[in-house]
Amino acid sequence: MSADLIDRLVADLAPTPRHAAVRRLAIGIGAGLVVSAILMLLWLGPRPDMMPAMATMAFWAKFAFTLLLGLAGIAAASRLARPTGRAGAPLAMTAIVLAVIAVLALVQFMMAPAPEHPALLLGISALVCPWYIMALSLPLLVGALWAMRGLAPTRLTLAGAVAGLAAGGLGAFVYSFHCIESAMPFVAIWYSLGIAGATMAGALLGRLMLRW
Amino acid sequence: MVPGEAELHGWMVAALAGDAAAYRRLLEASTRLLRRYFLKRLGPARAADADDLVQETLLAIHSRRATYEPDRPFTVWLHAIARYRLIDHFRRSGRRPTVPIDDVDEAAFASDSDESAATNLDLDRLLATVPPETRKMIRQVKIEGQAIADVAAETGRTPTAVKVGIHRGLRRITARLRGGEGGS
Repeated sequence: MSADLIDRLVADLAPTPRHAAVRRLAIGIGAGLVVSAILMLLWLGPRPDMMPAMATMAFWAKFAFTLLLGLAGIAAASRLARPTGRAGAPLAMTAIVLAVIAVLALVQFMMAPAPEHPALLLGISALVCPWYIMALSLPLLVGALWAMRGLAPTRLTLAGAVAGLAAGGLGAFVYSFHCIESAMPFVAIWYSLGIAGATMAGALLGRLMLRW
Repeated sequence: MVPGEAELHGWMVAALAGDAAAYRRLLEASTRLLRRYFLKRLGPARAADADDLVQETLLAIHSRRATYEPDRPFTVWLHAIARYRLIDHFRRSGRRPTVPIDDVDEAAFASDSDESAATNLDLDRLLATVPPETRKMIRQVKIEGQAIADVAAETGRTPTAVKVGIHRGLRRITARLRGGEGGS
């Protein structure tokens, strides 16, 4: 009985490239990133002041914050896509990145005069920001979960959550090219909220979709 | 004789490169390990379920072989897949496990009937996780029972260096047993 199966599996054997698992994740997330970027350009549009904005600290703070969270999510996903995988170091990196942005936000908030506080917290787009980030994360989440499905995660909720973190971080990264907000408290709250939403969506979907 | 981690690992690496003969040996040896593993946890009354699980796990080895990292022990990877299939089996059948899924010797695919082979597999797998020189010292002192002074003289180390080396190696193995992955 097993002998028949083994015959079939041996006949079906093809060489497996050394980094096939990482490549699959790169394809899924890369495709999601392209779709997300196109979606942002066609639907929301890049910020009109791109050139001057690139000379500001706030632009690069958003750039680094979102990209690092996305990369931490990818690193964790590539670990948890394996049956023995643990999240480990990438989760520590996530915590550090969140702590840094929180400190930056706090410092800026406390150094600003009281009348400026509402603007620092709410900007002009607080109510739409997390939703846009989640929307732009969606194609990335689809790509990441597709990749994970072909691999072998054994902690499904956690694997889905880190796929969501990767999608949320990169979705926010894409969104940062549209968003004109520059206050660190705004970014720390509303960007994080959008990324957290994508992470939770990933955890829920992971539980349901990553079974094998 | 059950093949040890070193042989299984070699076959798996060769199989990933496309070596069909090595792949066949790997699957046949894995079948024996898996049958024992599932039978022990489901009991003889569920031998048919155990056979189904063996086949499901073989299929998973095949379709998900890209997730194996050659710098890690093969038996650890195989065990993680078998364990996931077992938990999934309990989930689908709505039945609670009647024996612990993870007993003390879980990672070794140990059996009562084939004690020494299973113990060898266990040792090979664990020793594969420490550097070769440490592995040799642990083998000589802890398994073969040689005196520390003899091993020190043979390897040109001080007795203290041998003791410390063995101690560190064993601690690393213990950490791996507790943590499952370790090393990173």
